[in-house]
Amino acid sequence: MNKVVSNADEAIRDIADGAVLMLGGFGLCGIPENCITALVKKGVKQLTCISNNAGVDDFGIGLMLQHKQVKKMISSYVGENAEFERQLLGGELEVELIPQGTLATRCMAAGYGMPAIYTPAGVGTEVAAGKETRNFNGKDYLLEYAFDADFAIVKAWKGDTDGNLIYKETARNFNPLMAMAGKITIAEVEELVPAGKLDPNLIHTPGIYVHRIFQGMNYEKRIEQRTIRKKV
Amino acid sequence: MSLTKEQIAQRIAGELKDGYYVNLGIGIPTLVANYIPAGINVVLQSENGLLGMGPFPFEGEEDPDLINAGKQTITTVPGSAFFDSAMSFGMIRAGKVDLTVLGAMEVSDQGDIANWKIPGKMVKGMGGAMDLVASAKNIIVAMMHTNPKGESKLLPECLLPLTGVKCVKKIVSDIAVLEITPQGFKLLERAPGVSVEEIKAKTAGRLIVEGGIPEMKFD
Repeated sequence: MNKVVSNADEAIRDIADGAVLMLGGFGLCGIPENCITALVKKGVKQLTCISNNAGVDDFGIGLMLQHKQVKKMISSYVGENAEFERQLLGGELEVELIPQGTLATRCMAAGYGMPAIYTPAGVGTEVAAGKETRNFNGKDYLLEYAFDADFAIVKAWKGDTDGNLIYKETARNFNPLMAMAGKITIAEVEELVPAGKLDPNLIHTPGIYVHRIFQGMNYEKRIEQRTIRKKV
Repeated sequence: MSLTKEQIAQRIAGELKDGYYVNLGIGIPTLVANYIPAGINVVLQSENGLLGMGPFPFEGEEDPDLINAGKQTITTVPGSAFFDSAMSFGMIRAGKVDLTVLGAMEVSDQGDIANWKIPGKMVKGMGGAMDLVASAKNIIVAMMHTNPKGESKLLPECLLPLTGVKCVKKIVSDIAVLEITPQGFKLLERAPGVSVEEIKAKTAGRLIVEGGIPEMKFD
């Protein structure tokens, strides 16, 4: 068993045109920067991207949009991106907007081997259109299906050579859920250590879910909304 | 005088009870954290995956891995916990969060809320709003009573696409505090110097006025 690959280019080597990808992160926090750069370099097109957000114009998934690599985005919030808006209004890009908790739970369902879940989010709204509704204990719920993604691409803080992962702070977000949900899961980490060096008590994603792992480099970790307070 | 955004936040903070787990939305709701009354301890939830959100960091101490649901840099308080987004919405869905405060474009007199989409304009998405309103036990909306044209945003039926149905419990607007009842908006308090007649004129949905309506008080 050797899960370790040398870099992002090798990790994404077999991602082809038309693939369905999950990309971890919330906003620009905890996004797989190295793999996004490699996908842009490889130039694969017609991608379906499942990701909570679509990056900003010149960072994150925004870079893939700039190069017109994305056919469809499945997200909960896609503001902060003028190129996205241009492509959407121009009919070059499809978008499916779904509630954030539904997005997370559809990833979770895939990782737990469950075909679908019921959630109350969206009942009585346009999100419910065409969906099976079922009443449990007097409350309506929508049937939502587990995602089916060819690749999940996630970013972790620390990882080991067996693929065990630990995330940092709110950079965890969708990463562990997507890591569980991909047919092939690729993890890029800030610090890659030999198996046995991470405390098994603290692992967030067990290595069974991770197929390829590599030591990432040159993380920019761009901040989207820098908010501070004054020292008094 | 209608309330400032800070005063709306301050009035909502008066609804907090000791031990509450609270989710604050973007905009005026975020300001509620600045007015938590002395002696009341609440834990702020950020739906990207944090319980125990603290204030903004000091300059130079921003951490790109530590943000809130508005993507702003934040800090944590002692006793905080991180978790993934499915668990985050799990605790919301399971009713563990005591109070949710969010903004709205329109609210109906049955408690329906619209706050995510304006037809003809670029749609940015609902984020976590639909999950929150579908599950939260107690939802308070912070909003302006009228739009910039002076038209009421408290309506018999929402005109904009809905975020959720029959979910809002209370509204704190710039001129009034109202409770949603089966009979419509029940007026509880009015802003200092704002008359019941003005509130009636600016409320398009069914409005219930019973007895004398007290003025809000601010320290």
